[in-house]
Amino acid sequence: MNVSLLITCLTDTFYPRTGIAVVKVLTHLGCAIDFPDEQTCCGQPLYNNGFEDDARELAKRMIRVFESSERVVTPSGSCAAMIRDYYPDLLASDPQYADAARRFADKTFEFVEFLVKVLKVDLAELNVKWPGKATYHYSCHLRGLGMSDEATQLMRQIDRLEYVPMEKVDQCCGFGGTFAVKYPQISGEMVRDKVNCITATGADTVISNDAGCTMNISGACRRAGADVSFKSLAEVIAEGLGLMQPDESSASGQPVAGGGEEVESPP
Amino acid sequence: MTATSNNPAPRPAVLSVEGHDLLFPTLPYDFTNRVAAATADSRLQASIDKATRNKDDLRKRVFAEVFGDRSDEIRTLAGSIKQHTLDHLDYYLDRFTERATDAGTQVHFAASADEANRICLAIARHHECKLCVKSKSMVTEEIRLVPALEDIGVETIESDLGEFILQLDHDAPSHIVQPMIHKDRYAVGRAFERELGVPYTDDPAALAMIARRHLRTKYRHADLGISGANFLVAETGSIVLCTNEGNGRMCTSAPRIHIAFVGIEKLIPDLEHLSVLLKLLSRSALGQPLTVYTHIITGPKRRLEPDGPEHVHVIFIDNGRTRLLQEETREMLRCIRCGACLNACPVYRKIGGHAYGAVYNGPIGALITPIFKGLANFKDLPHASSLCGACYEACPVKINIPKYLIQLRRDMVGGRITKRSERLFYKMWAMSLRSPRLYRLGQWAQKKMLRRKACAGNGRDERSVYVSQRWIERASGMIGQWTSQRDMPAPPMRSFRDWWVRHGDDNERI
Repeated sequence: MNVSLLITCLTDTFYPRTGIAVVKVLTHLGCAIDFPDEQTCCGQPLYNNGFEDDARELAKRMIRVFESSERVVTPSGSCAAMIRDYYPDLLASDPQYADAARRFADKTFEFVEFLVKVLKVDLAELNVKWPGKATYHYSCHLRGLGMSDEATQLMRQIDRLEYVPMEKVDQCCGFGGTFAVKYPQISGEMVRDKVNCITATGADTVISNDAGCTMNISGACRRAGADVSFKSLAEVIAEGLGLMQPDESSASGQPVAGGGEEVESPP
Repeated sequence: MTATSNNPAPRPAVLSVEGHDLLFPTLPYDFTNRVAAATADSRLQASIDKATRNKDDLRKRVFAEVFGDRSDEIRTLAGSIKQHTLDHLDYYLDRFTERATDAGTQVHFAASADEANRICLAIARHHECKLCVKSKSMVTEEIRLVPALEDIGVETIESDLGEFILQLDHDAPSHIVQPMIHKDRYAVGRAFERELGVPYTDDPAALAMIARRHLRTKYRHADLGISGANFLVAETGSIVLCTNEGNGRMCTSAPRIHIAFVGIEKLIPDLEHLSVLLKLLSRSALGQPLTVYTHIITGPKRRLEPDGPEHVHVIFIDNGRTRLLQEETREMLRCIRCGACLNACPVYRKIGGHAYGAVYNGPIGALITPIFKGLANFKDLPHASSLCGACYEACPVKINIPKYLIQLRRDMVGGRITKRSERLFYKMWAMSLRSPRLYRLGQWAQKKMLRRKACAGNGRDERSVYVSQRWIERASGMIGQWTSQRDMPAPPMRSFRDWWVRHGDDNERI
């Protein structure tokens, strides 16, 4: 199966290991992967803040970039929801793009959704082993995608993974894009609530599949001195299949090398 | 003092003596102080959290039990019933007026809050009313009816237990369905002791009995009964009233006069549609199958009937609603005021209802208040949402609240209510996203900047899982807003793109 990856801003910049894990897992499952490098952002931050015209231009851009893709997979429920819930509406009255927007929406999947609904994987059959006590954060954009317990279904298929559900699992962590910096007090109360629910589980790992939530919750866990690490389910599966080295020190999905010396040049 | 002054965050005790002005703050309204007060008040948060989650969990459970995987279908049906009525509102208003008039009800139309009050006062004066008992109604809060009645010397008693307590304590409702969600029984005990002269008790059953005794004497002497309405049935000309305490029945049957105040959006076509909406209203509001009392009132008492009012009036209220009737916003008028969106909302759980500075609060209030009262007057409300979508999921008539909040944000940009600096920021961001080269350059610059900031802040914990991370603990500007609450991870050296370009020869080190 041919799959084009959509790895947008936050995952690309802050959680590259998640993107890498997606590549490795999908390749392992027999998909042919490409990453159209003209892609930038789905436009959600602009759309959510009321810059509809700018968001519409970006939507058209993304539609063109992924025009020839058979299927588009992204490890971000948030970007997938933008494409599926809002692109068709945004471009409904555009004669040139209305159909293309619907086609794009139809062929776009969040990574976990793709594993469960399209590839219909059974991780037990694949012998995925991942030792650890983990809880799971349900990110809000999965609602828009009509997803409920797909991730926890997969988690339960992983050998030696002890899943401990957290209280208020479907309560927003308070990220909300620019909400987190526009209304920091409210957002702060929300994320501290989430931290308390996490620590109450006694889990050592939080499985969180949306980069925005992960930045918010891991940052609040660190501030509170809560000693948990963060991983996406893609990373857990990649590690569980032996495609990636388990990286105990990778709180928030950042590898050891991430803390290293600065040697790089501008693009 | 007012909560919107420049003083430090006011305490809840200060808030509670402001009475109904809480719902009518000076405009433009800046909600910063009330949010600061609420977020600093862990007791308030704990009680709101407990009450809302309890109702929210119950709602989910009964929906799953009763409707199962057809939950979405019945919500769609209910939404389409309301939408249909709104699409043909002129027809149904006429139909209701015709049928209600046939049944002996007098129907009035009020374009504004003042007009609605004037109609009511004229009726009260005509019948020389002295004592009014009133059941719970949000629309009467909206038009500030009680002070208007008291001004002409009609003593007016709120008879819903929650509203009764709020009235005694000079407080205002903070939830559409559970008006005193922000209060505990100790505050109720103190208010009863102070205002009714009874010995202090905080036993809920004893408090309810005190209120009941007090109210019973009022019902006996009241000559005016006021209610809202949950639905109006056009085909039968009936007022439908759903209550849990029986006070609604007392208010609408004991006094000689009954006046029902109703927003024009409360109409539904016929009784079969009522059956659908009744299935959802109380389940959505409280997780119970039906309210304890469901009244269908069709006209005043007939000849030979011993009980009931001699005169029944319905006052239809527009007060800004027709502005929402335009096609793009019509869906918002479907609201049946069940409060499910408030119970589901994580923001409401943290700031409570008074922070919204309006009669209607929570997600639906954040949506309709700026439209009723002006976007420029309520700049915070459309943005004070993480757009998590819990409200849309909870809504029994499927109002897509997050989508409409985004539309309000769009209107703020279009109307230049959004700050110029902010507009400039987003325009530049948008520009950089139209070119992959600029995107990469921006990404590189952002990484540089964040990693440099992180270097300075680190070193607090050289332990455990965080040791390899770079984190920003303090910053200024927008990142400072972030770090005022939590740390910010700095990006690793290389992005996914960097890895993609090199992968094959560079395994997973990035």
